[in-house]
Formats: sequence, C-alpha cells, structure tokens
Amino acid sequence: MDSDTLLARITDYENRPNPYPLYAELREAGPVVRQADGSYLIGTYHEIAALLHDPRMSADPRSRTAPSPSGETVKPPFLRLDDPEHHRLRTLAMRPFGPPHSPGRVDAMRGEISQLTEELMGAFHAGGQIDIVDDFAYPLPVTVICRLLGVPREDEPLFRAWSDALVASADVKPDEDSPEQDQTGNQARIEMGRYLVDLAEQRRGHPSDDLLSAFVNEPDPALRLTREDLAETAVLLLIAGHETTVNLITNGVLTLMRRPEHLDQLRREPDLLPQAVEELLRYEPPVHMRERIPHADIDVAGTTIPKGASVVLVLASGNRDPKRFHEPDRFDPTRPDNQHFGFGSGIHLCYGAPLARIEAQAALGALIPHLGTARLVQDPPPYRQNAMLRGPRHLPIQL
Amino acid sequence: MPGDLRDGRIVIVGASLAGLRAAETLREEGFSGSLTVVGDEPYPPYDRPPLSKQVLLGKASADTTTLPMRRDPDADWRLGAAATGLDPLEKRVMLADGESLPFDRLLIATGTRARPWPNPEEASLDGVFTLRTSDEAGGLAARLAAGPGRVLVIGAGFTGSEIASACRERGIEVTVAERGPAPLVGALGGTLSKLAAVMQRNHGVDLRCGVTVTALRGDGNGRFIGADLSDGSRVEADVCVVALGAVRNVEWLAESGLAAGPRGVACDAGCRAFNMYGIVTDDVFVAGDVSRFPHPLFGYQMLSLEHWGNAVAQAEVAAHNMVSPGPLRRPHLAVPTFWSTQFGLNIKSVGVPTYSDHVVIAQGSLEARRLAMVYGFQGRVTAAVTVDMAKSLDYYEHLIETAAPFPPPPGAADRAIAADIPIPSDVPDPSGLSHGPTVALTGHLPDRRLTVVQPTR
Repeated sequence: MDSDTLLARITDYENRPNPYPLYAELREAGPVVRQADGSYLIGTYHEIAALLHDPRMSADPRSRTAPSPSGETVKPPFLRLDDPEHHRLRTLAMRPFGPPHSPGRVDAMRGEISQLTEELMGAFHAGGQIDIVDDFAYPLPVTVICRLLGVPREDEPLFRAWSDALVASADVKPDEDSPEQDQTGNQARIEMGRYLVDLAEQRRGHPSDDLLSAFVNEPDPALRLTREDLAETAVLLLIAGHETTVNLITNGVLTLMRRPEHLDQLRREPDLLPQAVEELLRYEPPVHMRERIPHADIDVAGTTIPKGASVVLVLASGNRDPKRFHEPDRFDPTRPDNQHFGFGSGIHLCYGAPLARIEAQAALGALIPHLGTARLVQDPPPYRQNAMLRGPRHLPIQL
Repeated sequence: MPGDLRDGRIVIVGASLAGLRAAETLREEGFSGSLTVVGDEPYPPYDRPPLSKQVLLGKASADTTTLPMRRDPDADWRLGAAATGLDPLEKRVMLADGESLPFDRLLIATGTRARPWPNPEEASLDGVFTLRTSDEAGGLAARLAAGPGRVLVIGAGFTGSEIASACRERGIEVTVAERGPAPLVGALGGTLSKLAAVMQRNHGVDLRCGVTVTALRGDGNGRFIGADLSDGSRVEADVCVVALGAVRNVEWLAESGLAAGPRGVACDAGCRAFNMYGIVTDDVFVAGDVSRFPHPLFGYQMLSLEHWGNAVAQAEVAAHNMVSPGPLRRPHLAVPTFWSTQFGLNIKSVGVPTYSDHVVIAQGSLEARRLAMVYGFQGRVTAAVTVDMAKSLDYYEHLIETAAPFPPPPGAADRAIAADIPIPSDVPDPSGLSHGPTVALTGHLPDRRLTVVQPTR
C-alpha cells in the first residue's frame, strides 16, 4: 500500500473504529512520511516528543505556506498561537482556573462532579438500555464546564450546534478542505464568541464564582483580556472543556467492557483508577492528531521538512510506539512508565488536564460497579465523523 | 555470572540521595549479598532541595523531607557513624566508633558539606548559619520564623540567592554580600547575572556586589549582631547565613591512595575510582557530589557537579556497574541539569554553562523575564538556561547532545533580535566569587582559568 495516502486512509470514516493498524503502518514507513497532498505525517514517539518541544514548530495555522481555501486570517485562540502571544493569553486564562493564582480550584470541584455522576446514574435502571454518550459521558463534562465558565446549562442546544460546526471545520483532512465547511466553522466561532462575551458582560460589576466573571472583573488592566481575546478564549475553553472528556469517558467504558478481567480488577482495586485513566489516555486517547508548521526548514530523522509545510503529529500512534512502550497494544492499568501524549506535551500541554482527570476518574469510578453485568449492544459502536477528536457517537449498553 | 558479582559484601559510604538510589538499584539489578550503608548524620536519607525553599518559607518542616524509597534496599543502615578511613588493601572501611567494615566492593557517595566561615570564633556566634543539612535548615527556619530584623547572606550563588528569596517572601529584610560582580554569575555568566541582580533589587534585597565580608561581629555575649564589609561599610543584622559553596567530603580518604582531593574523587566514566597514579580500581566506585568524572560532551574534562539529577543518574550507573561484568558496564554520560526557584522565577539549566565562550538569547528577552539563553563553546552548543521557559529545555538538550552548531538555528516563533548576536559568555574565574561553583570543570583548558580552587581567606 502507498504510504503517501496514509492520512487519507486514517481519516477515511471506514477506519474510524480501529485506526491502530494504520498507525503501525505509519511507524513502519516513518518516522517522517510525506503525503500526496504535501503534508507530513509523524507517528513515532521520540520524533513527536522532539517536535512538540521544538520552538521552531508553530501551532498557528497562519504559518502554513499554503493557506486554507477560506483564507483564514483571524487570530486563532491560544491553542493555535505561538509564544509570546500564546504564553500571554494562556497565562491570563489560567489565572482564575489553576495554580499559582487559583490553586485548588479544580480539586474543589470533586464533590460537585461526584454528585453530578450520581444524578445522571439515577436515571439508569437494571435491565434498561442506555447510551453512555448521550446519557452520561456528554452531559457530565458539559454541565461541569458550564458551571465553571458560568454558562447557563439550558443554553446547551445553542452552543452544541456551534460546537459541532467548529469541531468539524477543525478536523484534519487531506486534500478536501471545503470552503463551505470552513465558512460554517468561522461563522459558528463568531456567533459563539459573541454569545459568550455577552454572558460575560452581564457579570461585569456583578461577579459570581465563575471564569467569565473573573475575566471581566479583573481589577488589573494589564491582566485584562480584550473583547476579541475573551471571545476566542471563552469559545476555546467551552469547547475543549467537553469535546474531549466525552471521548475519554466513552472510550474508557468501551475499553473496559471489552476487557472484563480489567473491569473486574478495577472493581476490586479502585485505587488503581487514576493509573487506569492514564493508561486510557495512552491506549485510547481522545485527541489523535495535532498539526504543527515549521517556521524554518527542519531536519527530522534525516528528512528535511520545508518551512510552512503542514506536519501532522499522530499522537495516538506515538502512544503505541513499541520503541517507547513495552507491549504498546496491551491495555495495562498498572503500567508503571506511562508518559503518554494523551494531553499533548510541550508548551501547549492540555490546560484542562487536571479537570479531565478528575472527571474521568469520577465517571468511571461511578460506572464501574454497574458495568459488571452490562453488555455492549453494538461492537464496534458508531463513531463520530471526526478523526482528530476520535470517539464513539453512541455507545448503547444493556444494563 | 563471573565471580558472582550479584553476591558478596557491598558497603556504601554516604546515606543521602546518591547512596540511597545506588542501594535501591543494586537490589533492582539482582544483588543478593550483604549491603551496608554508612551515614554520618543520624537521619535516614532526605531530600535537600526543599531545605532552601519550602522549609525556609515555613511551608514544610526540616524533618519532613525524607526521601521516598523506590523499594526497600534491605540494607544494614549504619546511621550517625562517620567513616574515618579506607584500607584498600585489606578492603575495609574504618568508622569513627572504631569498628571496621569489610567489603568486596565499595561505593563512595559522601557528598559535600557547607563551606564554613573561615574564622571559627566568628562562625560560632549565635545567629550564624550554614545551610546544607536538615539540622541546619531547621535551625535557620526557626530563626527566620522568629522574625529577625535583618538577615545577612554571604555569597550570591544558588543557595545564597534562594535564601534571600525566601527571606523576602517572608517579608524579612535581607542584605546579600557577593564578592563577584552579580548574583549567580559563576553559574550562569554575565548576562543572566544582570537579570538576577535586577530581580533581587526589585524584590527589595539590599544587594552588595564586588565586596567581601571582612569580619562577623558579636555583641560580646556570643550573639551575632552584624558584619564589616571590605568597602568600609557595616551591616547590622540578627542572622547571618554563610553561603560560600561546598567542601567535598574527602578527608577520610586521605590515606587511601585514591585520587581524592578538594575537587572530589576522580573516577572513570563508569564510576570506578582512580588511585593517586591515575590507575583505575576494580572495586571502588564513586557517585554524586563527591565524584569527579570525564564527560565527552565537555572535552572529556573532569566535571564535579552538585546537582540532584547527577546524584541520581550517577548512582544508578555506579550500582549497575558494581554488579555487572566489564562488557555490560555502562558509562555515565547524562547531560547535567539543575533547577532553582527564586524571586518568582523558575530557572532551569542543561549542559555546562561555564563551558562556554559565547551566549545568545535564543528565545524571549531579559525585559520579559522569560527567555532561553543558549551557550556555545568554539562554535557548538554546550548549555542552555531557561527562565520561566522550561518546556524548551528538551530541545536544547538535544542540541547539546548532538554538538549542534552555535548559535542555534533560527525559527523559534518568539526568537529575539538578540538571537543573532552572540556576546561573550563572561564566565568569571571562580576565585573571584564568594561562593564555590556548583559546576566545576576540573580538567585543564590552556586558555581558561576555570580550574582554580577556591582559596581560603
């Protein structure tokens, strides 16, 4: 098979349930595999790690030599900006969320998160059928991020549509960047940004205990986000705050349902749960790929990648690289050395990782006692379209 | 296995980080013989970095920094027992209590101690401290908690600067006296030392550079009340911390015939000690701060490092080699790294900054207090120091390991204009510093004088 069409095959919906054989093929052909569309795929652990820490690699889509058909020129959120602007915005966004200015903020949500999982499970009854995605794995993180940001939960249908459009336009696709999809995505981003800024504005002078309030009521003018930056940052936090965690929880349930021995092990040893979540982040991560663009011609394992080229780092493949992990295709909740790319690495290392960990631990911890007698209704389940944020669209199980 | 290296008697002298990690590694590698660990302090192995940070801030007490064990090394711990001598022929370690321990293989991991104030009478004044051990940290922390009017810190190396930072964070007035031109200059060179000086002054430190302390003064009842400086000025203070660097604990090896001196115990890349003729021993190994070893990335010069990471990595290599036959032995080639937090800055270093002739600011800027400074020697990258930019360190480590050309290639998004302008690294002669260097190049370079031992005053 041609390795220069690997990205096309990876993104082919047909292969969504199990892209891992393609990742093995990628590592075999790699470390650097040029694609027919001029982009480069990298799927080996050590090369990915080096590039994620390489200050010459840009996260900004505007660094591409060939811009996308829609001619994206607006300033992206900090996830796709480079230092020093990335650092400035990320630091400002972090102030009300985590250390050093808000230590304990996320940890203090543990009780609330457990209560939410209990409420969601209250609707389950023995013998009934549920959809892990719609009934549990989606509502949990959405509710949590809404409370944290200060977004009314009842607006969920509104931002769900925007979120879907945005995430679809941000997917990695070879050759077929459709201007329509990009246009829809941009439109959604603008509308969602406007909506969140309006919400924030309502809290100016009337702060409550949420991030939007903190952003607009920051007393130091030097630490205030501009309206434009607030819009982009709030959109990013709302979307990143739930689009990934839903996959982490769902992938976790699916993985455990397929492996009754590990399900049983975790029921007997709940203390293993934090380690098991780390293993899930390695074995079935929610984020499979990230794009980077070199600011200069760079040499990677003997191949020169030209400045401005699109480089797709296949994080989920790096997580299964046998040169880094012993028996990488084995799910092992007790794996001792597990420095995975589940949250990326380098300066863009996932900002919400502590929250995602707590949510996944709480969700799986609560579900595990109910899964022993449950069975998968459909295996593999139907997957979401997205190849970059990969996870089941539905996961029906019979309790 | 030939000679059954996994059996027999191993003695480790030194019960701190290197000694503990070596003991654990010996067991991990299958050593089943008898293992004795000798330590002169009465405490089980503890971690030192928190002593100049959290402990002085009152966030942890000095007795809570015990090092976690990765596994029980199943050792006979001889704590509170100082080693006083080594008989290499009889293969025995002599202890202060008169006992002697026979061994088949020995690991020397005796580390360093704080360099004391040279005048013993002044050093014994109440209120005068050094900071190296848990006891010293506990005593100093108690004194800081009591709210002194002013603290005098002598020496602005890493330890001195961290102490000053902790004092300011607690709202305590502090004067720092440094013989060199700026804080940290001996470790980081001239450019970053300017940032360090600005940070200290911005945080309210009374920083005096280019001066020495000529005398510590007592009140006549044995209490420290201040000091005289070489510029004729006087500092009134209730507490004095002497941060003049470290002395290697090698005195007990004076009669051993090993190549042990003020710069440490010389060994090969496999941690085997040299004797005084430069002949490698078969059964005596060295690890941690007390060692002095050749490193290929730095011209095979002998390096002495006082770095946490080096103690761990070298102990693991030494332990592996103690139980492995020749062809399976490994070299200790880890790239030196260290970190420090002070005045709100996170400083991390990789490579050997003093092994340099030029530097560039590759990313960020001094003004932003966030930067990556890259050091080069004769056209290749030999070190990098980041300030609040630690995530870039891996990249620079790779440049050092591959002897990449200096200055480093362009392309960083936050590359400063300064990245194109190499300036002299301005690493001073260590003899001009109050404190000893935490990295000492102890070999010989004809065009540099980095081998001078700190003269006693």
